[in-house]
Amino acid sequence: MARFVGKHLLFLAVTLLVVSFLVFALNEFSPGAVARKLLGEFATQEQVDHLTRQLGLDRPLLVRYVDYVGKVLAGDLGYSLRFKVPVREIIWNRLGNTAFLAAICFALIVPVSMALGIAAGMRESSRLDRGILLFSTVVASVPEFALGVFLASIFVVGLGWLPGTATLVGGGGWSVASQFVLPVAVIVLYDSGYVVSMVRASMVEVMQRPYIRTAVLKGMRFRRVILGHALRNAMINPVTVVFLQINYLISGVVVVETVFAYPGFGRMMLEAALFKDIALIEAGALVAVFVAILTQILGDLAYMLLDPRIRA
Amino acid sequence: MTEALLALEGVRISYFTRAGEVNVVPGLSFTLGRGEALGLVGESGCGKSTVALAIVRYLGRAGRVVGGRIRFEGRDLATLGEEELRGIRGRRIAMVYQDPMASLNPVMTVGRQLVEVPRLHEGVGETEARARALRMLAEVNLPDPEDVLRRYPHQLSGGQQQRIVIAMALIARPALLIMDEPTTGLDVTVEAAVLDLVRELRRRHDSAILYISHNLGTVVRVSDRVGVMYRGELVEEGSIRQVFSNPRHPYTRGLLDCLPTLGRDKRRTPLLPIPGQVESPSSRAPGCSFAARCAHVEPGRCTVGAIPTETVANEPGHRVQCVRAGELPPWRRRYVEAAEAGARAASEPVVALDRLSKVYRPRRGLFGAQADVRALADVGLDALRGQTLAIVGESGCGKSTLARVLSGLETATAGQVRLVGTDVAALPVDARAPSLRRTLQMVFQNPDSTLNPSHTVGYAVGRALRRLRGLSAAGAAREVGRLLEVVKLGPELAGRKPHQLSGGQRQRVAIARALAGDPEVIVADEPVSSLDVSVQAAIINLLTELQAERGATLLFISHDLSVVRYLADHVAVMYLGKIVEFGRAEDVFAPPYHPYTEALLSAVPVPDPDAQPERIVLEGALPSPTEVPRGCPFATRCPRKVGAVCDDTPPPEQRLAHGHRIACHIPAEDLVRLHRAGVPAPTGA
Amino acid sequence: MALGTTTVEAVLVPRRRPLARLLRGAWARAARLAESVPALVGVGIVGFWVAAALLAPMIAPYPPNANDFAALANPRPSAAHWLGTDHLGRDLLSRILWGARTVLAVAPVAVFGAAILGSLLGLCAGYYRGWVDLVVSRVCDVVLTFPVIILYMIILATFGSSALNIIGVLTLTKAPIIARIVRGVTLELREREYVAAAKMRGESGLYIMLVEILPNARGPLIVDMCLRMGFNIVIIGVLGFLGIGLPPPDPDWGGMVKDTYGMMSVYPHMALIPCAAISSLVIGFNLLAIGLREIGQRD
Repeated sequence: MARFVGKHLLFLAVTLLVVSFLVFALNEFSPGAVARKLLGEFATQEQVDHLTRQLGLDRPLLVRYVDYVGKVLAGDLGYSLRFKVPVREIIWNRLGNTAFLAAICFALIVPVSMALGIAAGMRESSRLDRGILLFSTVVASVPEFALGVFLASIFVVGLGWLPGTATLVGGGGWSVASQFVLPVAVIVLYDSGYVVSMVRASMVEVMQRPYIRTAVLKGMRFRRVILGHALRNAMINPVTVVFLQINYLISGVVVVETVFAYPGFGRMMLEAALFKDIALIEAGALVAVFVAILTQILGDLAYMLLDPRIRA
Repeated sequence: MTEALLALEGVRISYFTRAGEVNVVPGLSFTLGRGEALGLVGESGCGKSTVALAIVRYLGRAGRVVGGRIRFEGRDLATLGEEELRGIRGRRIAMVYQDPMASLNPVMTVGRQLVEVPRLHEGVGETEARARALRMLAEVNLPDPEDVLRRYPHQLSGGQQQRIVIAMALIARPALLIMDEPTTGLDVTVEAAVLDLVRELRRRHDSAILYISHNLGTVVRVSDRVGVMYRGELVEEGSIRQVFSNPRHPYTRGLLDCLPTLGRDKRRTPLLPIPGQVESPSSRAPGCSFAARCAHVEPGRCTVGAIPTETVANEPGHRVQCVRAGELPPWRRRYVEAAEAGARAASEPVVALDRLSKVYRPRRGLFGAQADVRALADVGLDALRGQTLAIVGESGCGKSTLARVLSGLETATAGQVRLVGTDVAALPVDARAPSLRRTLQMVFQNPDSTLNPSHTVGYAVGRALRRLRGLSAAGAAREVGRLLEVVKLGPELAGRKPHQLSGGQRQRVAIARALAGDPEVIVADEPVSSLDVSVQAAIINLLTELQAERGATLLFISHDLSVVRYLADHVAVMYLGKIVEFGRAEDVFAPPYHPYTEALLSAVPVPDPDAQPERIVLEGALPSPTEVPRGCPFATRCPRKVGAVCDDTPPPEQRLAHGHRIACHIPAEDLVRLHRAGVPAPTGA
Repeated sequence: MALGTTTVEAVLVPRRRPLARLLRGAWARAARLAESVPALVGVGIVGFWVAAALLAPMIAPYPPNANDFAALANPRPSAAHWLGTDHLGRDLLSRILWGARTVLAVAPVAVFGAAILGSLLGLCAGYYRGWVDLVVSRVCDVVLTFPVIILYMIILATFGSSALNIIGVLTLTKAPIIARIVRGVTLELREREYVAAAKMRGESGLYIMLVEILPNARGPLIVDMCLRMGFNIVIIGVLGFLGIGLPPPDPDWGGMVKDTYGMMSVYPHMALIPCAAISSLVIGFNLLAIGLREIGQRD
């Protein structure tokens, strides 16, 4: 066990370093670029050069990178040009918002997908199965912004039951809580479609295994066979997928955040990228990679716990 | 006996596919009384497993019983409701399957899977159920039952897993136990132990057994009566003695004729394969289903109308479905006791192994190392030109590793491998000269994966011709036809893909491919183990013919001692990477025996009720190849172990007449004496 | 050789009319699609859009970027503009048709690029193992765990978004998935006996990978490619929606939604129509993938 954790933490550290270096290099490769960014388009070359020397931007790339790492470890993530505040003031706030949204969605996606996937897979090609398969395919095919547009056109424009934006600012007659309904609905629908098909595929495969035949021929009820014998085996493969969804929920929901103007992490990254806000991009990339690898580790851990064949 | 326990009356079973209805079983009837054991024998596709699944009503969505009745304890099974059916499954009728590892739930402990049965059917509490499980595990001879209960299936060996499945089946004391190929895939010695266990349990529990297998020898061990199935019909049925001593149906005779038994020798009594192959169930002609392949067929009598089943004269209980059954001459078992060896031409060794060793060193991960696996240790043998050397052993003995080192798919760790004079021990196959590659070619085991499913037959053989013999594309095209004829296949098969061919045909193509370069040495790694019995005989005949014609050397690797006895001129017996006995076939198969050879021979299932050898049952499990014993590798299980010397000191190689070698501490004369004295008492290890 | 006898040469030597054989084979395969309902529906939808894309220059009623300011008074669907116009008076029907061209030009290129690159990587990693496998697998892991949207944003914001850049980014990020699939298949197939037989003939590694192993990986690969097509179309749409897709004014379904969803309370059709277009196309590809998988399993 210690071996497992150690190996993965090492991988995490190495990947963080590599990725952050790549992002750093991408953004700060040419010394003049940073200074020019700071000063704007109309500065003269002289001014740019001057600022470059002043900020120490003419030192070798590697030196600057080590310097950056040092600052990060000390807690200084730089200054955001786009939002005009130190990075750490905006990044954790936005991350928190997204995490909150992610938690709600995750709490809904997991049970819904499991239930639907198992119901579909336990009797392959039954009407229920084909229905669930069709539903999940359609829902996973519609891009998030399209889902948002469809739902908004019904519930906001058509029926007027829900607010069209989720800026987390109360007022205009809509409570903050009601602002969450549509974004959550879009995310849950879109992601469930994918997870359901994974769970279903695993369940279908398990149901064809000989040990299910053994259980049935022992005289067990069908429900007991599913819950007692099939379930745990069917969960082994999808569990890693489920944990990877956390990754999507943190970094990948930028589209939903944009549609509903939700002040989240993804939207922050989009604006940073469009504005070429270097410090924010670098910090955000670090956070995104960290979350990605952490979820992967959790997924592998869960896989190991579920499958005794791996545990040796 | 009043009412039969199980009665099948004119049962018809069909599968409904996209292509329509396929009638797999056109009409089957038999009865099974309480406590009786009936063996159902037949080759693949004859429908025996289908019948078993039909009895428990588990044919899947595509299969259905479309006619006739299946009665169990007097009740028609088709009329039972869901709940009644559940009450019968596992409790009155229990089943044991072919692949025990796949039949056990990998994420549940053995104990939980065992206690489920009594808790489900008899409402027993947890403690009581556990106690019964422990008792059952002791009954199936599993040591340390407490520990076994806690384990997961993958932590047990194949034989142990099958015992668990048997325990699970018997724990509710069913009236009927259905066993579907339960020992296929198990090693011979493990199989022997399981079969003995089944006999013992049957005696104790008085369950009826329906034993399904393609291996006639195992059926003899376990059953009182036997039924022979062909294309879904029961062509012959009777007691073991009746059917095996006086088979009346041409198919039964054909099966017995094509079985190599321990007494048969290729020089004296050739195998007689059954011509043709099994037709698909969708093309049923009127009349006898065996007519197209029968040597005694009479068109007009055999090919019109349904063939009635009649009882053989003077043999009550012996029924045959053949109009000519009474007219056929009596059947003689074709074997002669192995006699003196005919003079063999002396020849020089084409392949010479000297102190060959192979150790696998698994990659060391960042944290923690894994033990080395010793696959071969100090192997030395010679294969003479134009003769057949057989290498025999069970799983884990190293015979496949030997084949891989010889063929260059692996390199040796130490020792010499001389192939027509050149040492190739360190030469992987891509480093060998093309002429050397031509010299040695291989025929593999599994007809399903020996040919590339995306390539046609013509391409596969043609490519070999181009690469090994340097022919041009046009030249190769001409040769392909000729080669296909050599292996008795029509040239029109060149355009087909493997999935359009039968298992036997695929194996013939593989042989043709190996012959493309006109090799001097052919290594055949279990080439017939995956084939039906009637097809095996044909392939074995083909190999012996080809070898005789071309003067090639055949290295035949197998676990099947009967085939080895039939084919081989010389035999090497392997155990845990070492050769424990080597010599001419007639010397190895006669005393003095190495104790392992002795146990192997006693374990072979023999389809002759009169020639059942005394069993030597090997207790314990094979030691892991990562922790090989210091002394004799067989010491942990040897029934003739002398004492500590067997554990500590490697045994000397005793050299006897004609190149016969035995690696044992016990002197050869003592081995002969011990063998005559009979089976030793179990060691209780 | 007598007439009417099938000789081996007749079977092996290439036919005189290879095109006829190819077409017959393709037709036979296409006919099998009819066995599965999802496949049929999928083919129908995809076929519709492919036809739309191919015929756009001929059947679009207006040039896609032409502004019809007169129509702005009532941009809703009318006789003059069957699907209405957008906020700049451009005919939606024409823009949808031309948008299909854009999407269906970019997505397949990326899919094939990823397939080729991924297959080569996967084959090498699975066949040679050792350090090749280690490096390729680690790199693929890193690329796969990285949240792609962030990756796109960073790369496209830095290098600018053009069709070529988008294809490049899509190829690089999708190749690891294919590499992983192909690697898995290769690991399994390299143990097959026909591979051992090939080695014993002295075949080179390249031959074994491309001729012995790759043809047998076709099945899962083709199904995956259909799914990839759907994903790529979604991503192209998403990039357009986020403003980092193909540069305006060329019609891009995602971009069309971005420009008009703010007006949904007044003119919902402007955003709904491109959303429906992109959704239907992706559904079509995904249904096709499901259908192909079904057919493959039935064999």
